[in-house]
Amino acid sequence: MGTTASQLDKGMLSEYQELTFLTKQEILLAYKRFSELLPKEETNGISYRIPMNAILELPELKTNPFNERICKVFSTSDSHDGSLNFDDFLDLLSAFSDSATLEIKSHYAFRIFDFDDDGTLGRQDLEKLVNCLTGGTGDTSLTPDEMKQLIDNILEESDIDKDGTVNLSEFQHVISRSPDFVSSFKIVL
Amino acid sequence: MSFIGDEQFEGGNKEKRHREKRRDGSKDRRKRANAKRRERSRADRENEEFEERLVKREKGRRGRVKNDQEAKKREQEEGAGAQVKSGKTAKVKKNIKNEKRRMSEKAGEAGERTEKGKKRVESAKKETATVKHGTRDKTREERKKKRKKVFETSSEHKTSEQDSEDKENSEDKEVKPESLSPDELEKLKEAVDEKKKLIQSLRGKPWPMKKKLVTLRESQQFLEKYEGALGKGKGRKLYAYKVMMTKKWMKFQRDFENFKTACIPWEMKIKEIESHFGSSVASYFIFLRWMYGINMILFGLTFGLVMVPEALMGRPYGSIPRKTVPRAEEASAMDFAVLWDFGGYAQYSVLFYGFYSNQRAIGWLKFRMPLSYFLVGVGTVAYSYMVVIRTMARNANESGVGDDNSFNFSWKMFTSWDYLIGNPETADNKFASITTCFKEAILEEQESRKDDNIHLTRFLRVLANFLVLCCLAGSGYLIYFVVRRSQKFALDGFENHTWWERNEVNMVMSLLGMFCPMLFDVISTLENYHPRVALQWQLGRIFALFLGNLYTFIIALMDEINVKREEEKIVKFNITMWEASLYNGTVSENFTASPITIHPADVPRGPCWETMVGQEFVRLIISDTMTTYITLLIGDFLRAVLVRFLNHCWCWDLEAGFPSYSEFDVSGNVLGLIFNQGMIWMGAFYAPCLPALNVLRLHVSMYLQCWAVMCCNVPQERVFKASGSNNFYMAMLLVILFLSTLPAIYTIVTIPPSFDCGPFSGKNRMFDVIRETLESDFPAWFSKVFSYASNPGLVLPFILLMVLAIYYLQSTSKSYKEANVELKKKLQMQNEENKKKNKKAAQKALMDLEEARKVALESAGHQRNNNASFQGQEARDREMEQATRVPRPSNHMSHRTPGYLPNFPLQSEAMIRRAPSLQRH
Repeated sequence: MGTTASQLDKGMLSEYQELTFLTKQEILLAYKRFSELLPKEETNGISYRIPMNAILELPELKTNPFNERICKVFSTSDSHDGSLNFDDFLDLLSAFSDSATLEIKSHYAFRIFDFDDDGTLGRQDLEKLVNCLTGGTGDTSLTPDEMKQLIDNILEESDIDKDGTVNLSEFQHVISRSPDFVSSFKIVL
Repeated sequence: MSFIGDEQFEGGNKEKRHREKRRDGSKDRRKRANAKRRERSRADRENEEFEERLVKREKGRRGRVKNDQEAKKREQEEGAGAQVKSGKTAKVKKNIKNEKRRMSEKAGEAGERTEKGKKRVESAKKETATVKHGTRDKTREERKKKRKKVFETSSEHKTSEQDSEDKENSEDKEVKPESLSPDELEKLKEAVDEKKKLIQSLRGKPWPMKKKLVTLRESQQFLEKYEGALGKGKGRKLYAYKVMMTKKWMKFQRDFENFKTACIPWEMKIKEIESHFGSSVASYFIFLRWMYGINMILFGLTFGLVMVPEALMGRPYGSIPRKTVPRAEEASAMDFAVLWDFGGYAQYSVLFYGFYSNQRAIGWLKFRMPLSYFLVGVGTVAYSYMVVIRTMARNANESGVGDDNSFNFSWKMFTSWDYLIGNPETADNKFASITTCFKEAILEEQESRKDDNIHLTRFLRVLANFLVLCCLAGSGYLIYFVVRRSQKFALDGFENHTWWERNEVNMVMSLLGMFCPMLFDVISTLENYHPRVALQWQLGRIFALFLGNLYTFIIALMDEINVKREEEKIVKFNITMWEASLYNGTVSENFTASPITIHPADVPRGPCWETMVGQEFVRLIISDTMTTYITLLIGDFLRAVLVRFLNHCWCWDLEAGFPSYSEFDVSGNVLGLIFNQGMIWMGAFYAPCLPALNVLRLHVSMYLQCWAVMCCNVPQERVFKASGSNNFYMAMLLVILFLSTLPAIYTIVTIPPSFDCGPFSGKNRMFDVIRETLESDFPAWFSKVFSYASNPGLVLPFILLMVLAIYYLQSTSKSYKEANVELKKKLQMQNEENKKKNKKAAQKALMDLEEARKVALESAGHQRNNNASFQGQEARDREMEQATRVPRPSNHMSHRTPGYLPNFPLQSEAMIRRAPSLQRH
């Protein structure tokens, strides 16, 4: 891009408002939080990539079982290391904001759940998803039998075309009926 | 705005510091940006004279980036398309050339530059001239070309004066509407509209920001360029003006939206709670805030239209008997105990019904006080109905078809995590609850086939319900008994009784409301229901309890009203006697005496049942509020303190063991809030101060409960999600609203008002004030029309019509629902069929592809030197691949579209076409 301004000038701000579901205050807050994560010597704020580990230290993401996936999905880094620059960060917040549409939320939810990035939710993805949701360790996790039963049930419900995986449109179909997806798929700074 | 100030204050120093920092930071940033800009502009002014050029240069740079991308894309396409139009390829080549040229430009060869630029503009003009006629696709292309030319020309701007002149000429030609045929204009308009739509829908697209930014700038530029060209002749200026105004309006709207969100009170507080306790606890606070808003409006209505006018313009205190404390009570009228009970001076003030005089118009404004009183009473109820129903409808719309249960497991899987949770403890609880939820669901699935020992569970459930019924009946009787007893006390006079005896009713009601739910909780363990079902039962029972208590209270109050009315009759009779005796006395004493002046405090007066009802409600609200706060302090705070500090010297672990910290009881609190509101609605007609009191109460409880929840509650073990139950609360609120307006309306319609107090005194019924106004304030024909309209012969058919309309709407909605189900089925069928078809097609295409590959290999072997045919072959291959992909519309998003990756520029043509289809969603 032409402008590599390290500050959020007015033009950028209004463009960001146009392109995200965030309000001005939220963008400014996001910028503040983002620049807190920047190393001190770094002056070129917006285009600097913050490594994933630093992002995960944010309390809003720390306890989230999908935090690494979220970083990876929103990262535009070439090396796929989950590092985020400010644009990516805003994208993340916009998708998780209050006013984002169901469509965009479900799209990103699908990509977050798609652990192997192959465009569909296969059995492995679902298994990983269950493990994430149940904390994954110790006595809380499900037995293999239960896991199999659970995944069978899920596929039976939502795999409309019976190809053994859940694709995006099937996923969106399921999600759009859910009464509380939109209200819980939120991250607020 | 004051709320925000408060909230910031509460938020603590940390928040403030952050804000200050941010402000400083932004200042610095601004300064630096300004400095930079100044520098840049100084440098530019050496070459250019006008400021606007600078802007255009920026655009040019952006345009170049875009051109760059397009060139890349074209390069790719070039490989694909064997029959690429010659013009297109030429353009691509030209683009590349341009790029090279620009590189050299940067090196700074000014003389060459201008010449080349001129040439290029000319060639571009020629090109547009040649392609200007043709099919739709061609025009589209042409449009793009034009745009590109625009970019080029605008980037040209910075080069030299001559060049810019040249450019302006060409621009004029482009923009001039006369040079475009109406057909083209139409298309241009279409393109502009498309771009606008694209800009609007841009934020709803799952693209990375970079791509969105590029697209936005590109299309904005396009709009700037062509919007002016759209208007014709005289309309042109107007069009430009309109466009400008819409832009301004959009900006204003956005700013207003920002302002609005900044004005929402307690937002940060609630978000903090949300992140600690999940959305269910936060939903209570959101509900509380919503209630606060409603009460603010009710308060504004009663305060602004009833209390203030009476206080300012009505007769002052002490002018007439109803506005004076009676002689007998004067001594104790200022005692705190009396005031706390809303007796004494409080009783004879604007706070209660009895104070208002029945003057038809008061003050120099001729404010119609009784009418205003009546209309405000009706208006508050009507407004509440409207708001509740509207909110319900909106919630129902948002949740959509939430009731169908076919995706039980999938929802548990995909939507059970609450992304707001930011507290490790809550997260742990959530993990545990999700796991149990999964396990339960699996068990349920297995158990739905077999059910064991149904007789025992049935018996236990019946027993539990019986016990609950006993509790309800007992509590109802207790309240009735207490109210009757208090009436006896009241007849004796309150002074002879202890504090407990005086406040028995309220205390008993509050205590019942506190302990019965616990009892129900214990009983419900007998039933062995699923937790969600159990919660609903629990809610239903508490609801019944509260409702029963409230209605017992009202029935007892009705009895009391009847007693008072009997009393009133006697007083009325006595007063006539008293007046007569007074009159006779004066006559006999002194014939010429002016009208006797008796101090208003000495005039005997009736009991004024309306004020009594108002007082009862106010007392109830006060005691309810006190109980809530005290239970909060003792039950939560004291418990937390004890558990925390006694833990060091106790035999067992208090924190993990028996008393532990308390959880936040969402359902109980919501119910409490709803019933509190019900009492407000019921009593507001007789005590205009009630909404004000309620606003105060809600305000305090917002802060108190926020504090309590953050400092002494632990996250719930079962973290429920809230939104599903949102409309449930609303439905309860609606029921309560209905039930609480019933008695109020009943008293207004059937019981004649007291003869010597309140705005309706002297009238037969309260609603007579409407008739009176119609007769005296409106022209005669109006009241005639009104009387005709209120004729039963007209009203009954109207009601019938309404019933019919309701019936019709309901049946249509039912049929829509059925159609919906049908469509769903059809959709599923079609999906499956499509899938089958697609699979077949894919297989076929795969085979074709294999064959084609073989052929290609062979041909490659045979004629290696003929490159063109090979390319054609590959192009065909590509087409086939596309053919296999195209009929799977469901997958077009899940394929990781090349747009994700920064290396792959997007195809702007496809984008333009896709924009309207996205709009439709």
